[in-house]
Amino acid sequence: MGYPYSHDLETVTLLSRHFGDEKARTLAGWKELGGYASLPKALEMEPGEITEVVKNSGLRGRGGAGFPTGVKWSFMPQEPTGPHYLCCNADESEPGAFKDREILRWVPHLLIEGCLIAARAIRAEHVYIYVRGEFFPFSAILRDSVVEAYEGGYVGEDILGSGWNCDVTVHLGAGAYIAGEETGLMSSLMGGRAEPWIKPPFPAQSGAFGRPSTVNNVETLAAVPMIVAEGADWYRQWGTEKSPGTKLWCCSGHLERPGTYELPMGVNLRDVIYEVCGGAPNGRKIKAVIPGGSSTAMLTADELDCSGCYEGMAAAGSSLGTASPIVMNEDTNIVQAMRRIAQFYAHESCGQCVQCREGTSWTARILHRIEEGEGTVADLDTLYHLCEQMTGRTICPLADSVVFPLLSSLDKFRDEYEALIKR
Amino acid sequence: MSDVANHITLTIDGVEVSVEAGTTLLHAAEHAGVVVPHYCYHPGIPSRPAQCRMCLVEIEGQPKLQPSCVFPAGEGMVVHTTSETAETARKSVIEFLLLNHPLDCPICDAAGQCMLQDYAFETGQLRSRYAEAKMVLGRDRVAEDILYFGDRCIVCTRCVRFMEDIAGDNALVVAQRGYKAYIDTFPGKDLDHAFRGNIVDVCPVGALVHEDFVFKARAWDMDSAPGICPGCSTGCNIEINVKENQVVRTKPRLNPDVNSYWMCDHGRRSLVMANRGVRAEAPMVRQQGELEPASWNEALTWVSERLGDSSGLALVSAGVSNETLFYARALLESLGIRGGTFQVEQGEEVTLTGFPKLKLRAERAPNAAGAGLHEFRRSDGLPEVPDGATLVVVGDALAGAPAGYGANAGFFLYIGSHLVPAAHNATAILPAATVPETDGTFVNYEGRVQRFHRALRAPGVARPAWMFLSRLLEHLDAGIGVREIEDAFSAMSEGTPGMEGMTWAGLGLRGELLSEAGQPAVAAE
Repeated sequence: MGYPYSHDLETVTLLSRHFGDEKARTLAGWKELGGYASLPKALEMEPGEITEVVKNSGLRGRGGAGFPTGVKWSFMPQEPTGPHYLCCNADESEPGAFKDREILRWVPHLLIEGCLIAARAIRAEHVYIYVRGEFFPFSAILRDSVVEAYEGGYVGEDILGSGWNCDVTVHLGAGAYIAGEETGLMSSLMGGRAEPWIKPPFPAQSGAFGRPSTVNNVETLAAVPMIVAEGADWYRQWGTEKSPGTKLWCCSGHLERPGTYELPMGVNLRDVIYEVCGGAPNGRKIKAVIPGGSSTAMLTADELDCSGCYEGMAAAGSSLGTASPIVMNEDTNIVQAMRRIAQFYAHESCGQCVQCREGTSWTARILHRIEEGEGTVADLDTLYHLCEQMTGRTICPLADSVVFPLLSSLDKFRDEYEALIKR
Repeated sequence: MSDVANHITLTIDGVEVSVEAGTTLLHAAEHAGVVVPHYCYHPGIPSRPAQCRMCLVEIEGQPKLQPSCVFPAGEGMVVHTTSETAETARKSVIEFLLLNHPLDCPICDAAGQCMLQDYAFETGQLRSRYAEAKMVLGRDRVAEDILYFGDRCIVCTRCVRFMEDIAGDNALVVAQRGYKAYIDTFPGKDLDHAFRGNIVDVCPVGALVHEDFVFKARAWDMDSAPGICPGCSTGCNIEINVKENQVVRTKPRLNPDVNSYWMCDHGRRSLVMANRGVRAEAPMVRQQGELEPASWNEALTWVSERLGDSSGLALVSAGVSNETLFYARALLESLGIRGGTFQVEQGEEVTLTGFPKLKLRAERAPNAAGAGLHEFRRSDGLPEVPDGATLVVVGDALAGAPAGYGANAGFFLYIGSHLVPAAHNATAILPAATVPETDGTFVNYEGRVQRFHRALRAPGVARPAWMFLSRLLEHLDAGIGVREIEDAFSAMSEGTPGMEGMTWAGLGLRGELLSEAGQPAVAAE
């Protein structure tokens, strides 16, 4: 949706250059556009060299956590005693995020190339691309691309005559947000319920099928080919010292021009919302923005002047997450919005940890009651109590994820809660 | 400092302990005398999901609380299991569990033996501030004889993991997710495994109950005694729960060498009917062609005056204790009767794959090895009784015998607990107590001598067979009467190969293996 729009901000189309061009999907078309140029170079490099380049580039995981990718790869055993696995996390389920789907449906071969190079770096010879079940049409596109890549000699045995083998399997999920958590993903991949497991053991020691594994996000892997081709310094010309490169921003909510935009890291959040996306339509003012997908703290309209990078958003009291601002205008009922968010987490909790299983559902119920005008002051205390009890006590951070927006909404929009409370 | 290479020293609740590398904090805490509250962890189930979050402990220097059931002990760690942070976390787990938990205590079988109750009291978290409607899941029949109360379930998944890890049968799954999660059978599968009853034992709350125990007895109304299961030759260590002189429940007792924490369903059922049926309650002697009751003294005198040397045969049961078999053998010897046989029902063997030593063994009797030790031999059917012969029956050996069996005997001495049809042909009946009504020992399939203890009162004046057999031998001037099990055991162990030096006290509650001398009898079984 965002592609036809132009704006005055610096547009860098590293990942999104061919979004909208159906030619980019086919192998022939992709090669015409210069695709698969990095793979031959990577095939000449040692795994450690590839990891070094990516480490130096400062590329950070684009799935929301922002962990340095090269560092993550370096956790894998240097001397394999058996198979290693690369799992590509295409389970994009964060409310507000819709960037990975664009990569899957417009430039699947870019993703495949990134997966192959990453696999080589971690000494894996099998890539599993875990696609969320709801992405059924995109997974079909991806599957066709994988078939083409096999036929073209880019995947499979003796890739491009290098002597190196690598297989790619596209695996479809069945609809669970928690399958986007790395151990939940691997658990589901192995045929079980998507239930995160306790760490240690870490995936790099024991992951998919009990073997050393690395899980990387789609957008992260899509950036790998160009980094390997052009080098670490080249990638660092965009972005900030601590958050190099570009980011696909997914802007949604009350906006003139919602959509997916590629922007350099460190772009001002105000500029993204007002310059790029045109602010709220119909002259309405903006009330609040959840900047990084629903698992991040809310910012008021006055708090938007911050740097759109990992360190900048953290300094602003929130987090960059997946760079997926959900913009809410002045007519928005914050309590209703928060209730809807809590409902999402309650629905998606895998149910293992007591705090999350019961806490998220309880939160949603209280918010619903407040929204209906049946709330009490004690309920607000209970909500604060819940935030405290759900934080830092669980196997995975899903429970923490509902606390970030909830706590910030209670702190910054307390008046809206109190207006609905009857006594 | 650790003085052994692979040992770690750490401090738990102020107590310094030294453990092997790889030990979890929960196990290390046991060395310090601390039991960390837990639900999903079970010592007999290998998988550790660390999902109940009850065992979280505080480790100095670590930002977050860690689950002690999986977190490995580290050199120099300082751990607090009851610090304010840890206790707050534990209280909140209880609060969360109580949100949707129904106030079923007044009607729940687990009351009094419930880990949710226990920890709620221990943490002081007795109130919930939940003001919403509770989830209602109702009751589901998850197996033919096991009910599941979904509302009470805390989704610790012990039952699912017992079936997967120990029974090797993925019949149970967690269905749905999040707050809607509950336990169910996998679609299309039935929960019919021979060891399924253990899921009721591992359930920390009253979510899983045996249908034949539901509403029967309160935890505090039951007495219990440690016993040995009489269902097969494995000899699982059990706990017999009794209310008003009836066996209401049988649970397994831990024995790492025999049955771990488990037992099979066949065994659970085998004792419930233990003291039912028509019982021999008083000694009876045949006067003028009719069986008349007599006192013990009268009966023992009467029998000793009439039992003489003549050709005879003996039938014993593989379900009676070693002490009874010993005195039976002594009696037969004094009468010049050689041999003696027993029958054992055979059934299908079922192995518990997660603890392979434990099987429901084909031999459906607890003491065939013991019978062998006392020189009794197996037979495939009831032997013919020659006219006028002396027939001595000890134990429940005539359960399926035709009504006329033994009618042609010269002297038919019936020493048993139940008045089966054939018993009415006896010349004298000496009423014996059943296994749960007496103390004694069995020898299991691998030659382990194990103690069982009295759980019930015998009806009428029935007495342990070893007791009155020893008295009968006294009347015959062929032995010394005993009244205490310790003395009966000593007399028996003195003369039995493989039991040299064994004492009743020395056996304890874990039993002891026969020495080499006794093994041939065991191997022959």
